Amino acid sequence: MYNKLGLHDYGRHTVTLIPGDGIGPELLNHVREVFRFSCVPVDFEVVHVNSALETDDDMNNAITAIRRNGVALKGNIETKHTLPASVKSRNNVLRTSLDLYANVMHCQSLPGVQTRHKNIDIMIIRENTEGEYSSLEHESVSGVVESLKIITRNNSLRIAEYAFQLARDKGRRRVTAVHKANIMKLGDGLFLQCCKEVASGYPDITFDSMIVDNTTMQLVSKPQQFDVMVMPNLYGNVVSNVCAGLVGGPGLVPGANYGRDYAVFETATRNTGKSIAGRNIANPTALLLASCMMLDHLELNDHATSIRNAVLTTMNETRLHTADIGGQGTTLEVVQSIMRIIQSKGQLTSEF
Amino acid sequence: MAVALKRSLAVLVKSLGGPKWWQQASRSVSISASLSRVESPPARADATFKVTMLPGDGVGPELMTAVKDVFKAGDVPVEFDEFHLSEVQNMASEDKLEELLSSMKNNKVAIKGKIHTPMEFKGELASYEMRLRRKLDLFANVVHVNSLPGYSTRHNNLDLVIIREQTEGEYSSLEHESVPGVIECLKIITRAKSRRIAKFAFDYATKKGRNKVTAVHKANIMKLGDGLFLQCCAEVAQLYPKIKYENIIIDNCCMQLVQNPYQFDVLVMPNLYGNIIDNLAAGLVGGAGVVPGESYSAEYAVFETGARHPFAQAVGRNIANPTAMLLSAANMLRHLNLEYHSHMVSDAVKRVIKQGKVRTRDLGGYCTTGDFVHAVVENLRHRPNY
Repeated sequence: MYNKLGLHDYGRHTVTLIPGDGIGPELLNHVREVFRFSCVPVDFEVVHVNSALETDDDMNNAITAIRRNGVALKGNIETKHTLPASVKSRNNVLRTSLDLYANVMHCQSLPGVQTRHKNIDIMIIRENTEGEYSSLEHESVSGVVESLKIITRNNSLRIAEYAFQLARDKGRRRVTAVHKANIMKLGDGLFLQCCKEVASGYPDITFDSMIVDNTTMQLVSKPQQFDVMVMPNLYGNVVSNVCAGLVGGPGLVPGANYGRDYAVFETATRNTGKSIAGRNIANPTALLLASCMMLDHLELNDHATSIRNAVLTTMNETRLHTADIGGQGTTLEVVQSIMRIIQSKGQLTSEF
Repeated sequence: MAVALKRSLAVLVKSLGGPKWWQQASRSVSISASLSRVESPPARADATFKVTMLPGDGVGPELMTAVKDVFKAGDVPVEFDEFHLSEVQNMASEDKLEELLSSMKNNKVAIKGKIHTPMEFKGELASYEMRLRRKLDLFANVVHVNSLPGYSTRHNNLDLVIIREQTEGEYSSLEHESVPGVIECLKIITRAKSRRIAKFAFDYATKKGRNKVTAVHKANIMKLGDGLFLQCCAEVAQLYPKIKYENIIIDNCCMQLVQNPYQFDVLVMPNLYGNIIDNLAAGLVGGAGVVPGESYSAEYAVFETGARHPFAQAVGRNIANPTAMLLSAANMLRHLNLEYHSHMVSDAVKRVIKQGKVRTRDLGGYCTTGDFVHAVVENLRHRPNY
C-alpha cells in the first residue's frame, strides 16, 4: 500500500523526519540513536518546520519531502494561539494535503504499568481529514461565529471500509461506530448509514453503534467491552485521549496516520509537551513504539519486533519508569536500557 | 406586618445583587416560614409549591413515581403538575409544548426526565428537548459530580461542578445537504451567550466558594469559534480576581479526568464538550444513576439527572437507580427554599447508599427501584430530631 519511491539500491529506506516542537526533537534523536545502534537500514531526512512563522514554505517543504519518501515520523508541531486565525494548524494541513484519512491507535494495557483499569485492548480508527476539523469558520455578524462541520459520503464509506478491513486482518470480532446522530441527524446520520452499509459486506464481524456521551461513560467504567471503534474526527480525538489516559498516559501510546499512498507515524495523543522539553524526563515509549509501527509498515519486521520487545521489557522495570507514569527515571536511562536489551539479544549492533 | 417583611426581604435580596434566578417567584407563603432556621419544619404546611413535572421517556416515569413516593412520605409541601410529552411515543405536538410552557410560566420550577430524541430524521432537525430548552432559554446546565460516601469507585472524594452552555454550539440543529453526499453542520458560537455562560460560571463559583474555573475548548482547531468562547471567558475572569482561571483543550481534559480528576474544580464549556464531559465525569463516580443536574435560565430552573439517558432497556423492569433523580429533587427543594425538607431527602438517600445494604443493579446490588425507594422512606421516618 505504500509508495516504493523511497527504496534505494542498497535496500535502505529513506524516511522523512519532522522534529516538531517541545519534546519532539529530543525524543526523535533518541529514536535515531536506537536505530543507528540496532543497524536498522533506515536513513532519516530531517525537515524542520518553524511554528512561529506565518508563511507556508516550511510546511510545503515538509509535504514535498513526504511525497518523495512515502513515509514519515514526526513530532507534534505547535499551533500558536497568537498567530492570526488564517494560519491553520500545521499538523492538520499535513494530514489534509496528504489525504491521510485514517488515524489508527492501538490501546493496550501494558503489564508493567499500574493503572486503575486492566486488560484493555481497543483499536480506535478515526477519520482524519474532515468533520469538525475542516477549519472553515467565519464571523458572519460581529460576535457570532459559525464553524462548519463537514461529513461526506465518500470519506465516511472510505473510513468504514478501512475499519472493517483492519478488523478482519487483525482477527477482531466487533466494530462499534461512535456518533451523535440524535442531535446531528443529517451529519452523523450519514456517517452511521455509511458504516451500516459497509458492515453488511462483512457478515463475520459484529457491528453496533453508540452515542459518544454514553461511550465515554462506558469507557470510564467498563472499557473491556470495546474492541474496534470507528468514528468521525472530533469524537476520535476525545475517545483516543480518554483511552490513552486509561492505559497510562500520553507517553505510552503510538499512533499512525494512513493514506492511500503515504503513512505518517507519531504519538497517538499528539502532545507537544512544552513544559517538560529539554529536561530529560519525557517518556520515549510512545515515539519508539510509533517507530516500530513504521518499521512494520516498511516490512522490516525483525527490527520492529526486537525494538518493541526491548521497549516492553524496559516498561516492566518500575525503577525505569519516567515521571508521567509515576516513576523517577530519566529518558536517557530508559533509552540506554532499551539499547542494552537489544544488544543482549545477540543481534548485530554498532558501538554503544 | 407580612407585607413590610416581604418588602424588606426584597430589598435585602436586591442589595445582595444576586443573579435573577435565585429570586423566588411570588407566592402566598408565610414569610416567617422562609426566614426560619434550617432545622425546623415550616410553620404552615398547607402552603404548597406547585412544580411542573415532565416524566419523559424510558425510565423517567418510574423515577418520577419514586420522587412522588418519597415526597409523600416526607410530607413535602410540593404539588406536581404533570405533562406527558414524548416524541418517540407520538405524544408530542405544538399544543402540548404550549401548555407545558404556560405551566412553566406560572410555576417557574420544573422537574423532568429525558425526552428521547429519535435517531431517524423525521423532517424536523430540532428535537422537542432542544426546543423546550430554547423556548425557556435554559442556557446553563450545572452538573454536580460528587462521590457518594459509602460507594467506592476508582476515584474517591471527587467534587466537581460542570457548567455547560446549553442553547447554542453544535446543537444548533442547522444542517443541510449542499451537494448530494456532502453534509454541512453549523456550529454557532456567539459573544453574548459565551459571556453569559462565563459570567454564570464565575458567579456560581463565587457563591459556592469555589477556587478555580477551567474553560474547556478546542481553540487550536476551531480558532474563531472556540477562540471567541475562550476570549469571553478570559474577559469575564478579569472581573473575579479571587478566582483562578485556567483553560485546557478538550482532549487533554478528558485524559486528565481519567488520570487525575482532582485537579479540576469548576469547569465551563460549550455544548458538545459539556455533553461528553458530563457523561465521562458521571462514569467516574458511579454512572448515570447517581449524578444530579439542573438547568437554569434567567427566570426558570429545571431539575433533572446529570447524564441524560432515557435508558429504554430498563423500562418496566424496576431496576433503574432513582438516586440521581432524588438528589436532584432535593436540590429543587433547596431552590424553593425548603431547606429542611431538602436536607431530609438528601440525607435519607445518602444514608441508604452509605449503609450499602440496598443497592440497585448499576451499583452492584440486586435490589429493585421499589426496594430502594422503600429504604429511603424508612430512613425519612428515622431522621434524627434537631
